[in-house]
Amino acid sequence: MNIYVLLKRTFDTEEKIAINDGRIDEEGAEFIINPYDEYAVEEAINLRDEHGGEVTVVTIGEEESEKQLRTALAMGADKAVLINTEDDLEDGDQFTTVKILEAFFEGKEADIILAGNVAIDEASGQVGPRLAERLDIPYVTTITSISVDGETVQIERDVEGDVEKVETSLPLLVTCQQGLNEPRYPSLPGIMKAKKKPLEELELDDLDLDEGDVEAKTKTVDIFLPPEKEAGKVLEGEIDDQVKELVSLLRNEAKVL
Amino acid sequence: MNFELTKEQEMTRKMVRDFAENVIQPRAIDLDVKAEFPEDIFKEMGKLGLLGIPFPEEYGGVGGDTITYALAVEEIGRVCGGTGLSYAAAVSLGSSPIYYFGTEDQKQEYLVPLAKGEGLASFGLTEPNAGSDAGGTQTRAKLEGDEYVINGEKSWITNAGYARSITVTAVSGKREDGKNIISAFIVPADTPGLTINSNYDKMGVRASNTCEIILEDVRVPKENILGDPEKGFGQFLYTLDGGRISIAALAVGIAQASLDRALAYAKERKQFGKTISNFQAIQFKLADMAMEVELARNMVMKAAWLKDQGKPFTKESAYAKLFASETAFRSANQAIQIHGGYGYMREYEVERYLRDAKLLEIGEGTSEIQRLVIARQLGC
Ligand SMILES: Cc1cc2nc3c(=O)[nH]c(=O)nc-3n(C[C@H](O)[C@H](O)[C@H](O)COP(=O)(O)OP(=O)(O)OC[C@H]3O[C@@H](n4cnc5c(N)ncnc54)[C@H](O)[C@@H]3O)c2cc1C
Ligand SMILES: Cc1cc2nc3c(=O)[nH]c(=O)nc-3n(C[C@H](O)[C@H](O)[C@H](O)COP(=O)(O)OP(=O)(O)OC[C@H]3O[C@@H](n4cnc5c(N)ncnc54)[C@H](O)[C@@H]3O)c2cc1C
Repeated sequence: MNIYVLLKRTFDTEEKIAINDGRIDEEGAEFIINPYDEYAVEEAINLRDEHGGEVTVVTIGEEESEKQLRTALAMGADKAVLINTEDDLEDGDQFTTVKILEAFFEGKEADIILAGNVAIDEASGQVGPRLAERLDIPYVTTITSISVDGETVQIERDVEGDVEKVETSLPLLVTCQQGLNEPRYPSLPGIMKAKKKPLEELELDDLDLDEGDVEAKTKTVDIFLPPEKEAGKVLEGEIDDQVKELVSLLRNEAKVL
Repeated sequence: MNFELTKEQEMTRKMVRDFAENVIQPRAIDLDVKAEFPEDIFKEMGKLGLLGIPFPEEYGGVGGDTITYALAVEEIGRVCGGTGLSYAAAVSLGSSPIYYFGTEDQKQEYLVPLAKGEGLASFGLTEPNAGSDAGGTQTRAKLEGDEYVINGEKSWITNAGYARSITVTAVSGKREDGKNIISAFIVPADTPGLTINSNYDKMGVRASNTCEIILEDVRVPKENILGDPEKGFGQFLYTLDGGRISIAALAVGIAQASLDRALAYAKERKQFGKTISNFQAIQFKLADMAMEVELARNMVMKAAWLKDQGKPFTKESAYAKLFASETAFRSANQAIQIHGGYGYMREYEVERYLRDAKLLEIGEGTSEIQRLVIARQLGC
């Protein structure tokens, strides 16, 4: 099987994050593989171990992203590709990312592409589905289980806490949800082997793209923190009275009814 | 000069930190209360290759360096001093002497399973009447035909209760000048005549297994002598030089944990209408802790680097061990102080850091012995 994983380097939201002028201060932040992409890497390795083939991890990023790619190689992926846009792009959006990936996947004959459900930094959840549209292959989002038998693929996906069962076929793109698997730790021998695995570096030029082709379609107008949560109100008394009070509050105070 | 870690070193640190925080940290208090050796955690560490870091692949290891190993010890020590001690002892005292001095056969038979993480080994040097003065060993080994017969007693031997083999030192003869010849022997743990008790009730590093060993007419084949029969003493001095780097790394882990906890607490705790991190008395403590942790870590890294470069590192590893272990003790003590009454409670963990750190000023050469080593290196 020809397996691809889309991987993004993100800051670690479990570590301290400082915000300066509405922007995340990258200096102090810790960077990791987007946690949902870790599920994708793990599942890709499992699929390869079961069906044979090769796992290639792809990221669009900068020189620093090599660390996260090497980590995926240490977990067991076979090859990595870094599409380095450091010198070419100031800003991009999901359109930019998909456009670049579309060019990258041209002629690749991927059997399956695994991505994270969302990236925890911008959390758009768009890259996977939009790429599948561009490549004209089916996609299933937020999967929690997958099994492949020949061309047929059985999937379970998380739909707001319920499970939906889907049957589809290869080639296919899926986005991975928590619960799909328990990503392994990269072992020491894995880390040492990763050094010798191929890591290809591409630039826009290599994909026959120029800056104009991938110019973002959206603009960030403003970034702000959500308002501080105000203390809630606890109603008391008989249930009937509480319900009446709640309805009246919703109507008169919150004005949502 | 380059203070940057390699990608492999960074990846290892990140992996061990994640593993330590997810797998060991949640159990640290319980392991301490019950004085329980986490055998299952060591199995997992073995599978991840942690027990084989500084050994080459041909011996089941991963071909990493001392720096990588020290980073791993620090991260484990940061969450659990006891697990950290057993880890450091397994690699530096259990496996390393076999790697440094063993014959090819000994390496295949004894080192390979250790490096692969399929077992642990111990190093038995200390005796009831020979601690700092390890040359005063009273254990005796006598050659009878093709076997050595060993008799004696060893104290406080780390991991012996879970070991496949124990390397013990014993007097095997006398030199012409009348001084004892000390040799080291690999004794498989199931050899008849070997009794291993772990009845010590320790102050700290309680997750680490510590044993008393009694050898009564223990017979091992002649081939089990480790390295040069005449140079057992020099061999264990070299082994301890290496071990000191790992004890120092463990100390840095505990010191770092003390700082992390103290800083987080100081920013939360309010007294007199302010968080206590606003008080200069607290700030100065935190500043001293942060500085000392960083200095200690730098010394550990330098000693490890020297070892990796094949350069002499006796003095530097003694600096590292001495400074880092005393830093760990001071930092843990200040972390308790900053926590006030809460710090005195087990739940807040900083009191355990202090109990664990104390051992590091004693094991693998007391602080006094480190100063002796340094003074000797100065030519005194
Ligand atoms: C938890 C634990 C684990 C251990 N694990 C191992 C192990 O795996 N293998 C092993 O072989 N040993 C192990 N040890 C033993 C440890 O290495 C010794 O405890 C240590 O070397 C000190 O020896 P001692 O306890 O006999 O103290 P002593 O040597 O009796 O020292 C008592 C005091 O006298 C001081 N002193 C001694 N000589 C001098 C001197 N010349 N000048 C100035 N001061 C001096 C010491 O610094 C110390 O303060 C372990 C000990 C503990 C507690
Ligand atoms: C075993 C035990 C028994 C006890 N028994 C009793 C008892 O019988 N009765 C009773 O009432 N209490 C008792 N206590 C509580 C004890 O008196 C308090 O723990 C102590 O006063 C410290 O208060 P705290 O723990 O809230 O620490 P905090 O006041 O929160 O102090 C935390 C740290 O901040 C420092 N700090 C605070 N304010 C300042 C400042 N302005 N400038 C600089 N540094 C500052 C402190 O010195 C400390 O290092 C007991 C505590 C223990 C652990």
